[in-house]
Amino acid sequence: MELNVLETETEPKQRVKRKKSKIKKITKTDYVLAAFMLIVLVVTLYPFLNVLAISLNDATDTARGGLHIFPRIFTLANYQEVFASNGNLILAFQNSVLRTIIGTVLSTFSCAVLAYVISRKQFVFRKAVTIMLTLTMYISGGLIPSFLVIRELGLINNFAVYIIPSLLSAFNVIIIRSFIDDLPDALEESAKIDGASDFTIFLKIIMPLCMPVLATVALFVAVGQWNSWFDTYLYARSNSDLTTLQYELMKIMDNASSMTSNDVNGINSQQMLSRKTTPESIKMAVTVIATVPILLVYPFLQKYFVSGLTLGAVKS
Amino acid sequence: MESLKAVEAAKEVKQPKLKKAKTKITWKKIKDQKVLILMSLPFVAWLMVFAYTPLFGWIIAFQDYKPQNGFFGSEWVGLKHFIDLFQQPLFYSALKNTLGMGVLGLVFGTLTAIMFALALNEMRFTRFKKLTQTVSYLPHFVSWVVVANIVTQTLSISGIANEVLLSLNLIEAPINFLANPNSFWGIVTGADVWKETGWNAIIYLAAMTSVDQEMYEAAEVDGANRWQKILNITLPAIKPIIVVLMIMNIGNLINIGFEKQMLLGNNIVANKALVIEKYALDYGIGMFRYSFGTAIGIFKSIVSVFLILTFNSIAKKTGQGGLL
Repeated sequence: MELNVLETETEPKQRVKRKKSKIKKITKTDYVLAAFMLIVLVVTLYPFLNVLAISLNDATDTARGGLHIFPRIFTLANYQEVFASNGNLILAFQNSVLRTIIGTVLSTFSCAVLAYVISRKQFVFRKAVTIMLTLTMYISGGLIPSFLVIRELGLINNFAVYIIPSLLSAFNVIIIRSFIDDLPDALEESAKIDGASDFTIFLKIIMPLCMPVLATVALFVAVGQWNSWFDTYLYARSNSDLTTLQYELMKIMDNASSMTSNDVNGINSQQMLSRKTTPESIKMAVTVIATVPILLVYPFLQKYFVSGLTLGAVKS
Repeated sequence: MESLKAVEAAKEVKQPKLKKAKTKITWKKIKDQKVLILMSLPFVAWLMVFAYTPLFGWIIAFQDYKPQNGFFGSEWVGLKHFIDLFQQPLFYSALKNTLGMGVLGLVFGTLTAIMFALALNEMRFTRFKKLTQTVSYLPHFVSWVVVANIVTQTLSISGIANEVLLSLNLIEAPINFLANPNSFWGIVTGADVWKETGWNAIIYLAAMTSVDQEMYEAAEVDGANRWQKILNITLPAIKPIIVVLMIMNIGNLINIGFEKQMLLGNNIVANKALVIEKYALDYGIGMFRYSFGTAIGIFKSIVSVFLILTFNSIAKKTGQGGLL
C-alpha cells in the first residue's frame, strides 16, 4: 500500500519525460552516443564474462590462453574443487553468509532505531545525539586507536568483530532519518492517542513505512559485509575458523602473485594435477562465487539506492 | 519523598547550566521520554566506545604507549614521534604516493563521472540508457579483492589488454604492466575509474535531471545546438554540486585508503605502492609501534582539515561558493 503511494507520486513525472524524449528527433549524435555507451558496456562487462568463462573451462585448456567470453571445454571441475577441497573455502563461504545476514539485520535495525529517535522533535537529547553522530562522519580516531580499542574489548579472533564495530553508520542513519522526516505526522499522532509507546510506534508504524529506505541501507550494509576482507586480515587472521570468502580469495591472489608457494588452501599442485585444475582456475571460480550474490541483489534495489544516495548527499 | 528530593536537588544543579538551551531538559520530559532515551542509550554507548574512545586514544601519539601500562600509565614524550616521523625518508615517499594517486583519482574520477553523466543525460534510447546505467553500477558493488583480481587478469601478459594492443599493432611485444613501477599510479587510477564512474555519476545525473526543462526549450527557440545547451545550461546548473563534491574530495586526498594499493601492489612496484595508511599499518600494528602509527594518523587528519579549509576559502574567494 505505502509503496504504491510512493510510486504513483513519481510515475507521472517519468511518463511526461518519456513523452518529451519521444518527440525529439534521433540524430547522428545519438548514434555516436549509443556507440560510446556500447563501449562502456563492453569494457564493464567483458572482464566479468572472461572470469566466468575461465572458471567454467577446463584448467589445462585455459593455460593455452586465448579464452574470451565462452568456455572452450566446459567443465564444473573448478567449482567442484572449491567445494570439495579440504581447505577453508566452505567454511569461508559459510562465515561470509553468516556475517552478511547477521550484520545486515542488526546494523539496519540499529540505524533505523537511532534514526527514529533523532527524528522525534520533542526528544530532549535530540541535538546532542545528532551532533555526536554526525561528527563521526568528519573525524575518526584512525586505524591504530580503533585497533587498540577493539583489542581491549577482546574482539580479536571473535566473530563479533565482524558485527559490532560496524553496527552504526552515520550516513545510513541520516538517510533513514531524512525519509522519516518526510512521512506525514498524522499517522503516529493517532497511534499516540491510542496510548502506544514510542517503541511500538516505531515498530508498528514507522518501520513498515520505511521499507524502501531500509532496503537501500540493507543493501549498502550487506554489500559492505560480503565484500569485507580487511577486518578478517587485521582482527581474525590467526583464527582460521573465522576466515571469510574475500579473505581467502585475497590469499589465493597473494600466493599466485608471489609464485613462491604452490600450496593454495591446503591443495598442493600434485593434487591439483590429478584433479584437473589449477590455482588460476580455482581463483576464477572463487571470484565468481564472491561476485554472484551481489549480481543477484543490486539491480532490483536500483530505484531505491539511487534515490537514497541522492537524498543523503543533498542532506549532508 | 527521597526520590523527590533527589529530583529537586538535581533540578537545582542542572538548571543554571541549561538556561541557555532552547528546549529545557526537565525531569518530567525525561520521564515522559524514557522509551526514547532507552532506545538511544545503546547507540550512544556504541558511539562513545567505537567513535570517541579512538579519538581520545590520540593521546598515545604523545606517549611511549605500552599496552600493559594503558592510556594513562605510559610515559609522556611530547612530539618525539612526530619528529621521528618527519625524519623518515619512507614517510615522504608514502606521502608522495598518497597525494599522487589521490590527485589522479580525484581529477580522472570527477571528469569521467561528469562526462558519463552528461552522456547518459543526452541519451535518447531510453531502454538502452537504463541498461547502461544498471551495468555501470555493477563494479561499484564488487569488492576490491575481486576488482584487483580482474585487473590482474586483464593486464597480464596473456590478458585482453595486451591482446588488443598487439592486434592494433600499437606494441610489438606483450607488456607486463603490473611489474612496471612507473605505471602503478596509472593502473590504480584506471581501476578506480572503472569501478566507480557509474556510481559517482548518479549524483551528477540527479542534478542534471532536476534542471528546469523550460530552459532547454527556450534555448532551442533561440537556436542553440546540443553542445551549446550542455555548456550554457547543464554544466552551470551542476556547478554548485561539482564545487561541493570537489571540496569534500580534496579533503579526502590523503584519505585514499590502502586497499587498492595493497591488493594491486607487489614487491616490484612496492616503492610506488606504499601509501600513508599502509605505512601506519606496517609500522603501527605490524611492528607494534602504536604511538608512532597514531602520530601518522593525526598527521593525516591535520592535512585533511588543512586541505578542506584551504580549498573552501579558494572556492569562496573565486566566487564559486563554499561548503563551510
